[in-house]
Amino acid sequence: MTEMDDLLAVNHLQTAFDTDQGLVVSVDDVSFRLKPGETLALVGESGSGKSVTALSVMQLLGKGSRIVGGKVWFEGTNVLELDDKLMREIRGNKISMIFQEPMTSLNPVLTIGYQMCESIMLHLKQSKKEAREAAIAMLRKVGLPRVEQIMDEYPLALSGGMRQRVMIAMALSCKPKVLIADEPTTALDVTVQAQIMQLMKELCEESGTAILLITHDLGVVAEMADRVLVMYAGQVVEETDVYTLFDHPEHPYTKGLLKSIPRIDADEHESLESIPGVVPVRYQNIAGCRFYNRCPIATETCKSVLPPLAITNEGHYTRCWEVGNIKEGVWEEAYE
Amino acid sequence: MNSQNNKQPSPLLSLEQLKVYYPIRKGIIKRTVDNVKAVDGVDLSIYSGETLGLVGESGCGKSTIGKAIVGLEKPTKGRILFDGDDIAGYSSDEMINLRSELQIVFQDPYSSLNPRKRVIDLLSEPLRVHRIVSNGDVSKEVDRLLDLVGLPKNSKNRYPHEFSGGQRQRIGIARALSLRPKLIVCDEPVSALDVSIQAQVLNLFKDLQKELNLTYLFIAHGLGAVKYISDRIAVMYLGKIVEIGPTKEIFQNPKHPYTRALMDASPIPNPHLRNRKKVVLQGDVPSPVNPPKGCRFHTRCPMAEAVCRVQEPELTGDSLHSSACFFSH
Repeated sequence: MTEMDDLLAVNHLQTAFDTDQGLVVSVDDVSFRLKPGETLALVGESGSGKSVTALSVMQLLGKGSRIVGGKVWFEGTNVLELDDKLMREIRGNKISMIFQEPMTSLNPVLTIGYQMCESIMLHLKQSKKEAREAAIAMLRKVGLPRVEQIMDEYPLALSGGMRQRVMIAMALSCKPKVLIADEPTTALDVTVQAQIMQLMKELCEESGTAILLITHDLGVVAEMADRVLVMYAGQVVEETDVYTLFDHPEHPYTKGLLKSIPRIDADEHESLESIPGVVPVRYQNIAGCRFYNRCPIATETCKSVLPPLAITNEGHYTRCWEVGNIKEGVWEEAYE
Repeated sequence: MNSQNNKQPSPLLSLEQLKVYYPIRKGIIKRTVDNVKAVDGVDLSIYSGETLGLVGESGCGKSTIGKAIVGLEKPTKGRILFDGDDIAGYSSDEMINLRSELQIVFQDPYSSLNPRKRVIDLLSEPLRVHRIVSNGDVSKEVDRLLDLVGLPKNSKNRYPHEFSGGQRQRIGIARALSLRPKLIVCDEPVSALDVSIQAQVLNLFKDLQKELNLTYLFIAHGLGAVKYISDRIAVMYLGKIVEIGPTKEIFQNPKHPYTRALMDASPIPNPHLRNRKKVVLQGDVPSPVNPPKGCRFHTRCPMAEAVCRVQEPELTGDSLHSSACFFSH
């Protein structure tokens, strides 16, 4: 497997934050591949590093944080080596991003039309008139009513669902190869969430755009994803296709997570299982498995030696000393 | 009461035609030009020892109902009967005595605890104010409360910021329990928590209910949590209840098209079901300032007909399961 065949290949990414205690590695050794048209979900609880992973790919990290290791290959180029100008040509054009809060990612003092046209004119080198037409067509596509009027309105005049539609229209207006969606429906009501998920799926299928979906909601994962990466305390603990993840999860964290969701599709359950304890705060100093203190099957080895993300089955990678062939001592790292 | 032929126990709390309006004021003299009709005529009964789940999307008025019950919002109209007394018009002085019976747990454990107070202060304050135990026993009572919600005793001298979200929610619950209330309004108590922590807190609510015979009004937007914890569920849309019934009934036999749409829209953590038939509602919830005439749901309803646009359907059905739709029976 080479990085060249994939649209986006992240290899051993490490992102660190400057803190009072020195440099702290938040995202530690994250690798994944994204194929054209595929939807890859990055799932994990708050603080697991999923958003930082996405921001690292986009190189939108704020002050005080930086990438300290790894490579991010996009169409055969390591984008971490690109200068700001070249990166700007990719960002919003070939890779675009939508965020959780459509309220804060739109500029409140500029009209929807202005914000829509800006990126179209910049990236697709179109005239003002052409851009306006393209923007109107795009807003229609995302199912907004009275689009010509909306073009001249400010974000404040729209509801949350409508703003997220505008964000999607904006993100897809340059026909990106990759759409990074960071909790795109978390701030929305369920009935609107269903609309937005359906819309994203349809539009990306149509244009062949791959989606990197960041979410904490396993329900959304089950509805949307092709492949899934489960993150815990800054590391990937399991990666597989969506069906295997829900049918045959391997990592004790994934298993615990699946059992702790109150479900509407099951008959009454007596008691919900929960994972005891909390995510360790300073997980950077843990030598062994980061899930050790909450794991029901942990051993002495787990306490002191970090398990590798290893291949357990074709296309199924798990970071656990107690799983199948890893337990038997025969394993191969998932990403070299 | 004619308790002889009426087997149903009288409710612990009941709302009768409750309305809570927020005035919209304009101009220099702040004239009221219109109202946000957050709660617009709700009848609801909660029985002792049960958990009533209240679901609906943002702005449907579910939290306002919770706040009105504990006296944090003044009802515009209607009655709130608690243990037989109408508490809707109570002044804040009169409310004080009721505070020990009616408590609330909020969504955000970060903003509902005073960051400058230690856990022991947070928990002993209500005990002293309401003279629940003698001053000498306060410390012992705090230990008991911490134990009840599963926090270690050494948490006493720590500040809220030293705890995780789930632990803070436990402190909030301990504080609500300290006055030994009969009814606790739980306003989205697990929405801000991570999945693995959510399950811990939901189980805690269940265990405490069994142990202390508590009654809950459990307000949430996530159907999963509500299904897990509730005995009965009420579904709200734009300030009104559109369906109410036993949890099992609501999920197996939903009658109102909005209830069905809510269920269809809720993502199910099973990829094999991703292509199930589902009705996806179009558009957004209309403004509660000018709710649609007739049935409030008709603008988004897949089965709406002419009658729905002019006439407002009443909640009908048997005493257990009822819904407000002309076509649901």
